[in-house]
Amino acid sequence: MENIRNFSIIAHIDHGKSTLSDRLIQTTDIVSDRDFQDQILDSMDIERERGITIKSQTVCLPYTAKDGQTYFLNLIDTPGHVDFSYEVSRALASCEGALLLVDASQGVEAQTLANLYLALEHDLEIIPVINKIDLPSADIERVKNQIEDDLGLDPETAILVSAKEGTGIEDVLEGVVTHLPPPVGDTEAPLKALIFDSHYDPFRGTVVHFRVYQGKIKAGDSICFMSNNATYKVEEVGIFQIVRVPQKTLSAGQVGYMIAGIKTVSDTRCGDTITLKKQKCDTPMPGFMETKPVVFSSIYPVASDGYEDLVTALEKLKLNDASLIYEKDTSAALGFGFRCGFLGLLHLEVVQERLEREYDLSLILTAPSVQYEIVLNDGSLLIIDNPALYPDPTMISLTKEPFIRAAIIIPDHYMGAVMKLCLDRRGINRNYQYLTNNRLEMIFELPLAEVVYDFYDKLKSVTQGYGSFDYEIIDYRETDLVKLDILINGERVDALSQLVHRDRSVERARHACEKLREEIPRQMFKIAIQGAIGGKIIARKTVSPFRKDVTAKCYGGDISRKRKLLEKQRKGKKRMKMVGKIMIPQSAFLSVLKTDKD
Amino acid sequence: MRPYQPEPAGLYVHIPFCIRKCPYCDFYSITDLSFKHAFINALMREMQMEAGFFQKTRFFFDTLYIGGGTPSVFDAEDIGQIIETARNAFPILPDAEITIEVNPGTVTPEKLRGYYRAGVSRINIGVQSFQEENLRFLGRIHSAEEAHLAIQWARKAGFDNIGLDFIYGLPGQTELSWIPDLERAVESEPAHLSCYMLTYEEGTAMDKDRRKGCFVPLSEGRVADLFQTTVDFLSKQGYAQYEISNFARSGPERSRHNQKYWQDVPYLGFGPSAHSYVSPCRYWNHRSVKKYLSDIGAGRFPIAEKEILTREQQITEAIYLGLRTTDGIDIEKFDEKFGVSFHEMFGEMTDCFEENGLIKTDEKRCALTRRGMLFLDSVVSALV
Repeated sequence: MENIRNFSIIAHIDHGKSTLSDRLIQTTDIVSDRDFQDQILDSMDIERERGITIKSQTVCLPYTAKDGQTYFLNLIDTPGHVDFSYEVSRALASCEGALLLVDASQGVEAQTLANLYLALEHDLEIIPVINKIDLPSADIERVKNQIEDDLGLDPETAILVSAKEGTGIEDVLEGVVTHLPPPVGDTEAPLKALIFDSHYDPFRGTVVHFRVYQGKIKAGDSICFMSNNATYKVEEVGIFQIVRVPQKTLSAGQVGYMIAGIKTVSDTRCGDTITLKKQKCDTPMPGFMETKPVVFSSIYPVASDGYEDLVTALEKLKLNDASLIYEKDTSAALGFGFRCGFLGLLHLEVVQERLEREYDLSLILTAPSVQYEIVLNDGSLLIIDNPALYPDPTMISLTKEPFIRAAIIIPDHYMGAVMKLCLDRRGINRNYQYLTNNRLEMIFELPLAEVVYDFYDKLKSVTQGYGSFDYEIIDYRETDLVKLDILINGERVDALSQLVHRDRSVERARHACEKLREEIPRQMFKIAIQGAIGGKIIARKTVSPFRKDVTAKCYGGDISRKRKLLEKQRKGKKRMKMVGKIMIPQSAFLSVLKTDKD
Repeated sequence: MRPYQPEPAGLYVHIPFCIRKCPYCDFYSITDLSFKHAFINALMREMQMEAGFFQKTRFFFDTLYIGGGTPSVFDAEDIGQIIETARNAFPILPDAEITIEVNPGTVTPEKLRGYYRAGVSRINIGVQSFQEENLRFLGRIHSAEEAHLAIQWARKAGFDNIGLDFIYGLPGQTELSWIPDLERAVESEPAHLSCYMLTYEEGTAMDKDRRKGCFVPLSEGRVADLFQTTVDFLSKQGYAQYEISNFARSGPERSRHNQKYWQDVPYLGFGPSAHSYVSPCRYWNHRSVKKYLSDIGAGRFPIAEKEILTREQQITEAIYLGLRTTDGIDIEKFDEKFGVSFHEMFGEMTDCFEENGLIKTDEKRCALTRRGMLFLDSVVSALV
C-alpha cells in the first residue's frame, strides 16, 4: 500500500488536463508510441473534437521513482464540466491527492477554484502544476501570485510543465510519489469500495470503476451494493492500463474495475458503496446522492419512421450514461419521441451529438426546460418540466422555479457587461470580491431557466472568452411563469411551446418568430408565424409566398444541373417536418433554441 | 437478335465563339476568334469519330441544331461544311429541321442567303428586345434597327421558318414597356417566339453587378405578372405556348429539336460543353476550347463527364421536363417506360395541386396550368 498513489488532475476546461494525462501515460510506457493517439483517455470522438472529457477513465501507471522503488500511480480522470460536478466529487473521493493544473497564461479560473474547493472538501493533498509554460503569453510569476492569493497554496511547491512539449513530466511523477500520501486502510476488514464511474462493454456488460477503502475483492465473491442491496457475483477484477488487466484480488488502497454480470450502467450508481454480501461493512462511504437531471427536452426523430431507431439508440446510450433519463412523449406536430432529462446543457448537447453521429439519426429537440414546482388552487403540488403538461393558468395558485448560485470570474473591466447580462437574466448580485488586483469573482443568484437558455454562450461573448463560470442549484423561488405557444398559419405547433417568465415572454416570442421566419423556406402561399400566450398574440412574422418559382430555360446543358438541385432538395426534405401543409425544416426547430450571434 | 426499330434523334453543334460576351449569358463561349479555323476542323473530326463509334442502325436524325455562342460568326461556307460533314457521318433525313442561331450584329443578306443555300431550314434570331436601352443593359452588340433588318434579310433569303428570342423581366420593366416589344415581334410574323424571363445565372457579370447593387432587379411578383401578360398576349395573336418560354404559330412550327430535350428523345452533341443523351446515359464535353482541341487532336473523345441515370433519376427528369411543356407528361409513355402507374405514384400529390389550380390531369396527360407554370420548380420538388 505504501507504493500506491491515487490522484486526479483537476483543472479548468482547456487548461491541458488531457494532454498532461497523455504525457504521464507515455512516460510510464504502458502503451507503445505506435499505438499512441492524442488524448488517449478521451475515447469518444466528441471528446477529442471538443477537447473536453465527458466520460472519465482511469489508468494505473507503474513508475520507478528516483528512490529506486516501483510505484503504482492511479490516475483517476475526471469529467471537465460543471454539468458533471457530482461525478467529479466521487472521483476525488477516491484519491488522496490531486494535481491542480493552471494554464500559465490564463491563470486561475472559476472552475479551478470550484474544483479546488471540491478537492479540499475531500482533504486532498494538492500539488499546483503550472502548464503551458512554453507559450509566449505564459506569465508564471502572475500565476504563482494567483496560486498564493486566490487559492491559498504555496506557490513554491508548484511544478512547471509544458505537457505539449513534454517538459517537467518527470517532476510531476516524482511530485506525486513524494508529496502525495499513500492510501491507508485495513485489508482484513470487511470490503468497502466506492464506485466512482462505470461504463458499458458490449461483451461483458457493465464495468464498474471503484476504489477499495478496506478489505479485498476477488472473482467469485458475492458482493452487494449498499444503496439498494442488489447483489452480484464478481466475474473478474482488475486494473486499467488503457486495456483491462485482470488481477487475482484488489485490496484496500487499490483502484480498479469489476465485472459482475451487471446488465446496464443504470444498475450501478456513482457514489454507491460495494461490500460483501456475507460480510457487510458497517457504514457506506459518505456523500452518496442520486444524480438528478436539471434540464429537460423532448427528442423526436425527423423521419416519422425513425422512432424505432431512436428507441434503440437511446437504449444503447443509456447503457453507458446512467445520468440520462427518458420516457415516452408524443407531440401532435412531431409524433412519437422521448422526454429526456439531462445534467445540464452540455450533457444535452453531448447526447444529441452522439445520437446523431453514432446512430446516424436526424433529430428535433424542443426548447430545454427546467423543473417547475406548481401549487394548484386545491393545494396540490405539480412538478412540471414539459410545456405540454402545463396546467390551465386559472388553476394555478403559485409557481416556483429553481435558482442557482453562480460564481463568475472575470478580468475586472468586464464587470459592467457581466452585471448587465446577469441582471437582464433576472439575476441578483450577492457579492463580489477581488481575487487579485484585477480579477474579480462575482456571485449571482440566477434562475436556472435563464442559464440553460444561452447564458454560457453570452457570457463567453461579452467577456471575449475570459469569463469563467460555475454553479450550483440552491433553492426554488416564486416566479411568474407563462406558456408561450407558437402558431404557424393559426395552428399551434406543440413542439415549439416553451415555459418562460412573463417579463421575458415578448422578447422570446419575437426571437422565436424571427428565427422561424429565417428558416422556413418560402412556399406557394403566405405563412404566418405567431407567438401567443393563451389567446393573446404577442409577436408575429410572415414568410411571404413565392410569386414565381420556375427556371426559365432548360436545354441539353441545363438538365443535369437542375436534376442535381432537385436531388439536393429531396435530401433536405428528409430533414423537414410537415406541420399542416407547411414544411418546417429541422433547422427551424433548432434555431428557436439558439441565441442571436451578436 | 431483335433488330432495332430506328428511333428519331437530334444532333446539336455548339459554336463556342462570340464577338463579345453578353453579361447575362452563361452558355460557354470565348471571344478569341483566332481558334475558329482549328475549331471547325476539330468539330468535323469529332463528328467523324462519333460516326465510327455509334450504332448507325439504332437512330435516324430529323434535326440538326447549330447553337452557341454565336454560330453566325462563321460564314456560309463553314456552316455548309459542318452540315455536309454531319450528313456524311449520320443518317439525317432529307427534310430534317436544320436550325442556326444568329446574332443580328453578325449577319448580312449574303451570309443569310448562303446559310439557306447550305441547307439551313430554320433560323433563330437573338433579338432580345427592340428597345435600345434594353439592348444596352443586356450588353448586346446590335441595335434594334439591325434586328429588324436581320429579320427582313432572313425572309428575303428564303427562310419562312423564323424564330425570334426575347428577354423580359428587366429592371424597371412594366407591362407598358414590354408589350411594344411583343407587338413588334408579332408584326414581323415569325413562326416561333422564345420569351425568357431574365435569369441571374450564378457567376455571370450581370449577377455580380446585381449582388453589388448596381441595379434593382424587377420584383418576383412583377416578373410573374409579365409572364402572364406574355402568354395572354401571344395566345391572342395566335402564338400558342408549348413550353414555359416557347411559343409557336402552329404545331409543326414548334422547335422540333428543342422538344427533344423535354421528351426524353436522344441527342448527340458536338463542340465544347455540348451535352449528349442516349437514355440512360448523359455525357458532356469539356467546357474549354483548348481542352477540346487537344483531346480531338490526340484522337480522344473530349468528354468531361458521364452519368448513367438511375431509374429514380430518370423519373425525376421525366417529371421535371414533362411539366415544362403544355402537353405535359405523357402518362401512357411514362407508365410503359418505368413499369409503374403514374397515378398511383403521384396521384395524391397531383390531386392536391389540381385542387389548387396548378395542375390539370386526365387519363393520358398531366400538365401544369398556366398559373402552375409559374411554380414549376416548387411543384416538381413536392412531387419527386
